[in-house]
Amino acid sequence: MRSAGDQPAVEAVGLVKRYGERIAVDGLDLTVPAHSVTAVLGPNGAGKTTTIEACEGYRRVDAGRLRVLGLDPAVDGEKLRSRIGVMLQEGGVYPGARAGEMLRHMASLYAHPLDVDALGERLGLGSCGRTPYRRLSGGQRQRLALAMAVVGRPELVFLDEPTAGLDPQARQAAWELVRELRADGVTVVLSTHLMDEAEELADRVAILDGGRVIADGTPAELCRGGAGDVLRFAGRPGLDLASLRAALPADSEVSEPTPGSYRITGDVGPRLLATVTAWCAQHGVLADRITTRRHTLEDVFLELTGRELR
Amino acid sequence: MATTTGHHSPAPGAAPYPRMILAQTALETRMLLRHGEQLLLTVIIPTLLLVLFSTVDLIDTGPGERVDFLTPGVLALAVLSTAFTGQAIATGYERRYGVLKRLGVSPLPRWALLLGKTGAVLVTLVLQTVLLVAVALALGWSPRGNPLAVVGLMLLGTAALSGLGLLMAGTLRAEATLAAANLLFVLLVLFGGVVVPLEEYPGALRTVLELLPVPALAEGLREVLREGGWPALRDVAVLAGWSAAGLGLAARFFRWE
Repeated sequence: MRSAGDQPAVEAVGLVKRYGERIAVDGLDLTVPAHSVTAVLGPNGAGKTTTIEACEGYRRVDAGRLRVLGLDPAVDGEKLRSRIGVMLQEGGVYPGARAGEMLRHMASLYAHPLDVDALGERLGLGSCGRTPYRRLSGGQRQRLALAMAVVGRPELVFLDEPTAGLDPQARQAAWELVRELRADGVTVVLSTHLMDEAEELADRVAILDGGRVIADGTPAELCRGGAGDVLRFAGRPGLDLASLRAALPADSEVSEPTPGSYRITGDVGPRLLATVTAWCAQHGVLADRITTRRHTLEDVFLELTGRELR
Repeated sequence: MATTTGHHSPAPGAAPYPRMILAQTALETRMLLRHGEQLLLTVIIPTLLLVLFSTVDLIDTGPGERVDFLTPGVLALAVLSTAFTGQAIATGYERRYGVLKRLGVSPLPRWALLLGKTGAVLVTLVLQTVLLVAVALALGWSPRGNPLAVVGLMLLGTAALSGLGLLMAGTLRAEATLAAANLLFVLLVLFGGVVVPLEEYPGALRTVLELLPVPALAEGLREVLREGGWPALRDVAVLAGWSAAGLGLAARFFRWE
């Protein structure tokens, strides 16, 4: 047996799950390294939730091999569930319960829970501890669900769409919590269809479609290629494109699609931007409305599936 | 928000079973008692029926004091209201709102969740019984019979009605459970041998009613508390049969979401 240090948190090989005629998970392979944040990305119906539920031991797969923290969830579900934390996409709280009451109850199911008051305070739930669940706002419900997922001090946390419906401030707070979890050695698996969330938080991204992982790697690996990177700026019409082209790295292309509007493709980064503005300064051009657009996970997804992500 | 490293450093583990079960029982009890509608069913209606029909001569309850006839029936109604109606509605909505699913991925095993629910039903039932017995005694009730037989019958009734309540909550939509559980409550107030003696109904209907759990429980309790005897074997058999069927079917068909 390997030590806990190098054992992946989740190892799935050839998972299959059918609901009647429909195949929700179709030969899925996924490895989640320990102490990392892995984003499971995909449109609705891609198999994200089913895969996560199988990892939690909530659902049994029809075929394949699954190990979570070294355990088979279908066999050792109870043992596993004391070591993981789960945030459901919605609900999960007694409709008549108060926010603080529910969090306190979850804490009472674990051996070494976090301090409930401090956790509530950190997630901005301090003021609504006595508010019944059904009167909480959407954002407050999300934060409560997040608190319920981490209160038991788990080794592995599953977050299903953790920031859906949160305002920007609450979203930042949730992201901050995920970063803290990672810094403290907790493995995080989050499902999302927000590209910026995956790019912002994840060490690794697994893109799901049709019940399979169609691509995985670090965000940088997935975005490599740079085919979608573009820098645009406006200036006086008729600039010397050949001269500008000569100043840029070899793989760059320069064009003037409409008079006075310039488009540069290539490895768009800080160096390219500096080169362009330096060239402009030399030629007495005030570069206006400079925009850069880098190849994103969104582009990767579009290229892989031919579809938008939501 | 300040970043405090080490805050979440893993320290996993489940609480000991007794602590989980106790916590679950306490929470379920609070949930069961918190709803206004629920208090109407568990406290107000049984108390009102007891007071009203004991003090006003509306129905012929046979020989003897009216309160001696009514109290066993109202105790059976208390079991119905908590073990069946209240539990079915609460559990139906817990299923609908993902509570069962969420607890299903917590360290709490399913059997401990069910123990917690049963504990909550029993705690509520004790509170109801204390209240109703106090009201009945104030109205001049003179109970007879063996208290253990009463406890045994009420537990058997609780098992039968819990099984049916959970079966309903675990298979129907929450709204359907709400409607059906309330409707059955009203029908059994009228036809369950609670305030109206079964002898008042025509023979065929009466034969059917006697096979239902609430009339069997009411009759069994009456046999002990009013007559000072032992419950009829048939009533015990009816309750045992419903317990086996209800709990067995619930175990087989209950769906967690």
